[in-house]
Formats: sequence, C-alpha cells, structure tokens
Amino acid sequence: MPVPIDYYLGLATVLFIIGAVGVLIRRNALIIFMSVELMLNSANLAFVAFARYWQQPGGQIFVFFIMTVAAAEVAVGLALIVTIFRSKASIDVDQMNSLKG
Amino acid sequence: METLFYVFATGAVLSACMCILQRNPISAVMWLVATMFSVAGIFLLLEAQFIATAQVLVYAGAVMVLFLFVIMLLGAEQLSYASKLPWQRPLAIGLGVILFAEAVYIVLGQRGLVPIEAPLAESFGSPVEIGGTLFMQYLLPFEITSVLLLVAIIGAIVLTKTEKK
Repeated sequence: MPVPIDYYLGLATVLFIIGAVGVLIRRNALIIFMSVELMLNSANLAFVAFARYWQQPGGQIFVFFIMTVAAAEVAVGLALIVTIFRSKASIDVDQMNSLKG
Repeated sequence: METLFYVFATGAVLSACMCILQRNPISAVMWLVATMFSVAGIFLLLEAQFIATAQVLVYAGAVMVLFLFVIMLLGAEQLSYASKLPWQRPLAIGLGVILFAEAVYIVLGQRGLVPIEAPLAESFGSPVEIGGTLFMQYLLPFEITSVLLLVAIIGAIVLTKTEKK
C-alpha cells in the first residue's frame, strides 16, 4: 500500500469537518442537506479505508447500506422541504420557528 | 498511485469547500457532484470498484438529480436570505475551528496503524465478492433495507400529497 491508511482517514476527517461547518454556517435547508450528504460520504470513505486495511469486505457492505439509508433520507427530507416551502414560501431554516415559545 | 491520491484528495476538499460556500444552490450541487466523483476515485484507489460505481450511480446520479429537481421545482436559486442571526456565522466558524483543532489533535496523536503487508486477494472489492457477502452473510440487513426504501417512498408520497377539499 503506497499511501498509508492514515492519509485516507485524515481526508475523511477533513471532509467530515467541512460538512459539519457547512451545516453550521448555512441557513438554506437544501445546502444543509448537501452538507449532511458530505458527512455521510466521509464516513463511507473511512469505512472503505478500514475495509482495505483489514482486507475484509464487511466495510464495503456497510457503505452499501449507508448509501441506501442516505438515499431514503434524501427522499423524505426533500419531501419535507417541499411541504415546508408550500406553507412558508421559504426554505430558510430560521423561518421554521412555529413551535418557538 | 500516490499522485492520484493527492489529485483526488485535493479535488474532494476544494470542491467540498466550494460547495458549502456557494450562494446559488445549483452551483453547490455541481460542486458536490465533483466531490462525489473525487471520493469515487479514492474508492477505486482503495480497491473498492463496486462501491465506486455505486457512488457515481447513486450519489452523483440519483441523489443529486433529486436535489436539482427540488431546487428547480421550488425556484430556490432566486430566494434571498436576510440575516436574522448576525452572530450565527462567526460562532459557527469558531466552532468549526475548534472541531478542526480537536480532529487534528486526535489524528496526529494516534499513529498506531501499522501497514499490513499481506498480499491482497485478487477478487477483493469485485462485484462477485461483494454480492456473495451481501446475499449470504448480510441477507437479513439487505431485506430490512428494502423495507426501509419502501417506507421512504410511501413517506415521501404522503408528505407531499395535497389534500383535496
């Protein structure tokens, strides 16, 4: 293995942090969703790196399941965003304060 | 191999940064697609051919098209955002820097992974091996995933259905 496994884990960490910062700084619900996808992808990268390191296919199978769950999450999440847009005419997360006391 | 890793890694990090900094959601989606392709390239370097293909097909294909569809359906690229919480962005950047410092501390503090020199099986990561593992060892989770997808489909339809008066 020419590139050590630590480098892949470092890259996964950096991508995860970019995703987390994206969730924190943005107010557009769609971009927050994309940042969540980015974080899931960095977790996938860590799984594949460890699957390669231990030479076990189980890690890659887990990535397959994460992709499925992410697809389901995006479908339901985007449906929620469409519904919220219908009632509020906005997808700014600051507008979603109906339950605020 | 090493050069390819650095090319893909730089591409992934740069396009991820561009993605979260774009004002227009459509540009953000395009940058995210670039990130997905770079990560798929890194999957290839890690001998995960099947996962790399699934990444391009599922993420860069289906999920991102869904995002684009919703953005264009809502006309979200023209929405403007008045800042209601002026302290949010500085606070978020501060928290991000703290998170990054913690991650650097943890990643640099642990150097226990010794490279395994054993030769890799020829079939590692191939669709044959992934399929065999998936349908024999992980058959029950696979079936549960199909139920999850069905629930997601029904949920999306129920949520977006307009009630007829």
